[in-house]
Amino acid sequence: MKSAAELLDELQGAMPGVKLALATNPSPSAQHSLVVAAEDALRVAVYLRDVAGYDYCSNATGVDWLDKETTEKVKTTRRVKKEVDGVEQEVDETVEETVKRVEPGCLEAVYHLYSMRQGPHDPHPPLVLRMRTANRTDRVELPSLSPVWRAAEFQEREIFDLYGIVFKGHRDLRRLLMWDEFEDHPMRRDYVDPDDFEYEPTPHDEVLKRAEEHRAKLAAEGAR
Amino acid sequence: MAVESNLKIELGKQGVFVTTLNELYNWGRRNSVWPMQFGLACCAIEMIATTMARYDLARFGAEVFRPSPRQADLMIISGTVTKKMAPQVVRLYNQMAEPRYVIAMGACAISGGPFKQGYNVLKGIDRYIPVDVHIPGCPPRPEALIHAFMTLQKKIAAQPLTGEERPRHLDASAQGEFPVPEPGAHDLEPPVNRLVWPLPAPTVAAPAKEGA
Repeated sequence: MKSAAELLDELQGAMPGVKLALATNPSPSAQHSLVVAAEDALRVAVYLRDVAGYDYCSNATGVDWLDKETTEKVKTTRRVKKEVDGVEQEVDETVEETVKRVEPGCLEAVYHLYSMRQGPHDPHPPLVLRMRTANRTDRVELPSLSPVWRAAEFQEREIFDLYGIVFKGHRDLRRLLMWDEFEDHPMRRDYVDPDDFEYEPTPHDEVLKRAEEHRAKLAAEGAR
Repeated sequence: MAVESNLKIELGKQGVFVTTLNELYNWGRRNSVWPMQFGLACCAIEMIATTMARYDLARFGAEVFRPSPRQADLMIISGTVTKKMAPQVVRLYNQMAEPRYVIAMGACAISGGPFKQGYNVLKGIDRYIPVDVHIPGCPPRPEALIHAFMTLQKKIAAQPLTGEERPRHLDASAQGEFPVPEPGAHDLEPPVNRLVWPLPAPTVAAPAKEGA
């Protein structure tokens, strides 16, 4: 039984210099996944299918990671000129500073891989393979894995539709669920749905808020 | 002119059958309502069950599901109407010949149901076409669909052939074609047909705040 970590070692042995990382899952299931860099994704996928035996891609989906802002308190030591007992001297001073760090967000494509070749007592546990885009706005291209697993073809179209990841090498990349004229990507975290709250008979929580905003907007328009 | 019901019963006891042209006409119409063969989601399974032997919609003269809108009198909106499907539904409704009726079956068809706040589901087909009977339920049982059908039959039976309330096929000035919504950049254009879903929308009292 090869875990994701062992598979990572195997891949790095077989393809020196391949850009791979392990994304750990802290939950009790401990189903760790492999994060592969976009430029190495195709050859890693071919290896996984032909050598490691992952011949079945059961699911591909997307994740939208927003920019993550973390604040940290850091102690820094500087040399400062200060008057000590009437004489100007250079003294070390330790200052505590809060540093804000922004981890840039990205869009992620997640592939769930299985091995059908091995039968029920499968030495290959299901594998989760991830790819990340450079950012969430203008560099959202990833290589398509549909040449490796045909099953990913529709799923990548769905990811393209709902998250806006552009898959290079996909042979028919069109929207799958929404209509062609639609411009947004509705599963992105910053998607704003149309203001369609004029009739809400049982509003609650978020819907109540949106319905009240809608009513206020209408009242403001009526007053003008 | 309607016949007094007591007089009608009395005459019936004497072996005399009296009716009006209006009644006869509507009796024929309401017992041969042919639905369109078209289903949208899981409610369609219940609709199919309704037509089968156990529930037997044929008892009401509606067993002939027509595969063409040209031959159908009734459109059963059985299931979720997605925004991508809505233009096609309106177009099919436009292709039906008068007299035509619509039953909106299930929570999704009447309001969007559990998907109401989703990005791709229409909040009720009555935003684009006139609906005669709404049935709640997720999905409604076949009995509920039969009840809706009987409600529609009662509605047809009560229609006068002249005057303001006459059915649309006898009214030359009635609106025949309903605008088909266009797919837009963020939503359907227009998002609602104001002729069938007029403003102001029905107002709902704000829920009482706790302690107020």
